[in-house]
This record gives sequence, structure tokens and C-alpha cells, in this order.
Amino acid sequence: MNPIISVKDVAKTYASGHVALKTVNLDIREREIFALLGPNGAGKTTLISIICGIVNPTSGTITVDGHDVARDYRACRSMIGLVPQELSTEMFETVWATVSFSRGLFGKKKNPAFIEKVLRDLSLWDKKDSRIMTLSGGMKRRVLIAKALAHEPRILFLDEPTAGVDVELRKDMWDIVRELRAGGVTVILTTHYIEEAEEMADRVGVITKGELILVQEKTELMHKLGKKQLTLELQQPLAAIPPALVAHKLELAPGGGALVFTYDTHADRTGITALLNDMREAGIGFKDLATSQSSLEDIFVDLVRHSK
Amino acid sequence: MNVEAVRAIYTFEMARWGRTLMQSILSPVLSTSLYFIVFGAAIGSRITQIDGISYGAFIVPGLIMLMLLTESTSNASFGIYFPRFAGTIYELLSAPISPLEIVLGYVGAAATKSVILGLIILATASLFVPIRIAHPVWMLGFLVLTAVTFSLFGFIIGVWADGFEKLQVIPMLVLTPLTFLGGTFYSIKMLPPFWQTVTLFNPIVYLINGFRWSFYEVSDVNIAVALGMTLGFLAVCLLAVWWIFKTGYRIKA
Repeated sequence: MNPIISVKDVAKTYASGHVALKTVNLDIREREIFALLGPNGAGKTTLISIICGIVNPTSGTITVDGHDVARDYRACRSMIGLVPQELSTEMFETVWATVSFSRGLFGKKKNPAFIEKVLRDLSLWDKKDSRIMTLSGGMKRRVLIAKALAHEPRILFLDEPTAGVDVELRKDMWDIVRELRAGGVTVILTTHYIEEAEEMADRVGVITKGELILVQEKTELMHKLGKKQLTLELQQPLAAIPPALVAHKLELAPGGGALVFTYDTHADRTGITALLNDMREAGIGFKDLATSQSSLEDIFVDLVRHSK
Repeated sequence: MNVEAVRAIYTFEMARWGRTLMQSILSPVLSTSLYFIVFGAAIGSRITQIDGISYGAFIVPGLIMLMLLTESTSNASFGIYFPRFAGTIYELLSAPISPLEIVLGYVGAAATKSVILGLIILATASLFVPIRIAHPVWMLGFLVLTAVTFSLFGFIIGVWADGFEKLQVIPMLVLTPLTFLGGTFYSIKMLPPFWQTVTLFNPIVYLINGFRWSFYEVSDVNIAVALGMTLGFLAVCLLAVWWIFKTGYRIKA
């Protein structure tokens, strides 16, 4: 399947000399939810700003559904909706006016019924005549989403959609994104919340210091880099790891009350049996055990650390 | 051509004006009325006619120009500066819309407001002094041309300004002095010869005289030159706007 967005060798150096993006290549598949994950200042916003036409790339090309974003900007941009990170709104306008304005700006004929549907879907209908300045932060975020959806885009960019949003609203936001995807919209979101990528994305791209260091199916990524940890609650606290056990990749939890064993789920031998055998021979008893899988967060921290 | 987008920007800008109708219309009308009372009635009664026209009537075209220049400039500059300031310009930049369409929307709306305002001031003036318009078509022509030109000029300032102070600086420090010294309240023939020559370097002299000629058929300068100068300034502004979008100056990194 052809990618709906294709980013080829895109780099950006700002006039200040700041290198925001080193050569980036990325293909986005139609109807996927793609999470661009990275710390602040990694280049996430620069990358989507370039795709959306807000920032000029220093070099490289981008096509959206086969159209070059620079030469064929009308065709590209009418397919794309963008929800910016900042809550930039026309604060003196009403919700209805600003969302209708967005539709017009993208060249679509007036369609009050559609705007009504968008506002109802985003629980904004009873606020339609309110001035934006009177709305809460979460509501403003919804207004920005409504504006981005007003022209029925096929691709939606969400730049940090849940930054500064409470848990309840974050869940709502996730539901909205899933519904959009179900309706055939391709969603690209940037986030520095791992749980968001983990919860939502089909694929994850990790970006740091202007470089896309990894793009992978989320499940594959978790699978590939996923480490498991076995925590053994000891009957008697230990002062140090006994000599009989030093051969194992063990760590003593603070306080000495537990041993933490890290193992790779994909290795032929996990080493658990050997460890338990050695423990029994050394006479170290445990009262409880638990295993946990590393989250995307651990994977991410690992990756970012390695790229330094 | 993205007609819907031009319409959206235009109506959005006109609606913004509608919301602030009191300050948008009342204040220019009020200040113009004050000029009439002070210059027309109080001082004007002691000034003899200029080129056979009573002083009160003589200053009407100049006063309309004064308002037209300042209102066009401030309206258009605010129209484009505010989205930059509030950050909502992202939407304009990410929309399938060409620079020409952006300019048509913003400058069109600003110019429309100025023309309406100019006509309201003209109507207000006619309450104070008898006004004769010798060439109504030319009068409207100069009105529209000046409104468009200075709305473009305002658009440029709105892109250039990086603070609210800078939005005020050009109208306050350049436009208002040039207008006052450009023969709004007098004929430049009343000046000593040296200052007459200096004044001819003031582009606003040509705008005011062209406009005044369409009323009373009197002008301090050649009317063709006046029209040429106005068109020339329009061309300069168009070129500047073209350059802004070509280079992305201050709107696109």
C-alpha cells in the first residue's frame, strides 16, 4: 500500500542556526494512528509544521497522497487538519464562528449540519455561542480539534493533544481519536507521554535531537525491546548479593528486602530456573514473587540514553 | 482560486468590525466633527476663502483623507497582526490558500471599512458645510484607491510589527505628520516658496490634492501627477507584499 504521507530526506535548520531536524525519512500509512514520541525540543513540532506548510524545510521533499506539499499545496493542505500544541484561539469569537471560519478557510462550502455534528461529537454543542475566552483549557483544546475537523480532513495532526489536560479529558480525547480512525482518518500525534503512545498508537516513531531513531509497530517494539523483571520478596533481608548468586543479573532492592532479576523474554533460556535452583542451594527463601514487563517508557528512556 | 477562503476571511474581518462598531465608527466621526467645530467654525470663520471655496468646505477632502489613511492603516495592520500575536496564524499558513487570497480577504475587508467610513464622514461633513462634488466618479475612484493602497500599507506594517507599540509607531510618527503637513488644512500655495518645494516630496500632498480636485476642481499639483503618485504608491505596496510572501518574512520560519 502506498503511504499517505511520505517524508524524504527532510532537514531543517532555523535562521538562528539551530538544527531542528537532521535528515528525516518517514512514511505514514493510511488509516493508522502514528505516535511521534520524543522529549521536548526533539523536533516533533518542527516536523509536523513542515508537513502542514507552516515551516519551510531546509531540504527534502514531502508528498501527501502523491502530491508534493510545496508545488501542490492546495491539494495537500485540504486533506490535512492540524491541532496545534498551543491553545491559540480567536478569543473574542464564538465557538460557532471560529469553527465555521475554519471550514471556509479550507475551501469548503458552508455546512451547518456538519459543523453541528462536529460540535456535538466533541461535547461543544451547548457552548457554541460562547466566546472562546470564557472556556476552560480543556474546552479550548476541543475547539481546536473542532476547527481542525471542520473541513472533513483525511489526515489529522494532533500536536501534544493531551498536554495539560486532566485524566478524564485525556481518556475522552483518546476515544475521539479512535472514533476518527474508525471513520477512516489517519491520525498522527506527537506526545511525550509514553502511556499515550502505548495506549493509542499502531506505530511509534521515536525522535530525539532532530533524528528519527526508530520507527516500529508498537507491539513489535514492545516485544523486541521488552524486558521482564522478576521481583522476589525475600523472607530475610540481605545486606549484599551472596557470592553464590553473583553470576546472575541481579539487583538488590533498596533495604535488601527483595531481589530483582532482569531477563529477556526472547532468549532461549531466561535463567529463571537456574536462579531459583541456586537460591535454594544457598538457602535463600522468598515469600512472594512478581514479574513485570518494561513499559514503552523504559524502552524510550533506554533509546534516548543510547543515542547520546 | 479558493473563493470560500476569501469569503471566510472577509466576512470574519467584517464581523470583527461589526462587534466593535461603536469605536470603529463613532470615534472617527466624533474626531472629524471636532475638527469641523474647531477649524471650520471657530477658526475658519476668520479665514478668507481658498481658491474661491469657503474654508470649512475646503478642508473636507483633506479631513476624509486623514481619516482614510489612519483607519485603513490601523485596521489592516491589526487584522493581520492579531493572528500573529495570538498564534492563530498557524491556521492561515496551513490552509489551502494562496498569498493573493489572504491579501484579498484582509485588505479587501480593511479597504471596505475605510470606504464606508469615508462616506460616513462625508455625510457628517455635509451637515456642517455645503459640499459640492464636481466629479463623483473620480471622488469614489480616489477614495477606493487610497483605501486599498493604505490597507496594503497597513498589512505590511502588521506583518513587520513585533509588538503592539510598533503598530502605532508608523501611523503616529509618519502618517499623521505627513498628512497634517500635506495640505489637509491649507493650500500649499499659502507656504513660502522654499517650503512649497519641500512639501512636494510629501506623497500625501498628491493624495489630498487629487481627492480635493474631484470635489472642487482645484489642486495645488497637476492632477495626472497626483493620480500617478497614488498608483505608484499602490505599486510599491503590492511589491512589498509580494516580497513578504515570497520570502516568508516574519510569517514563516
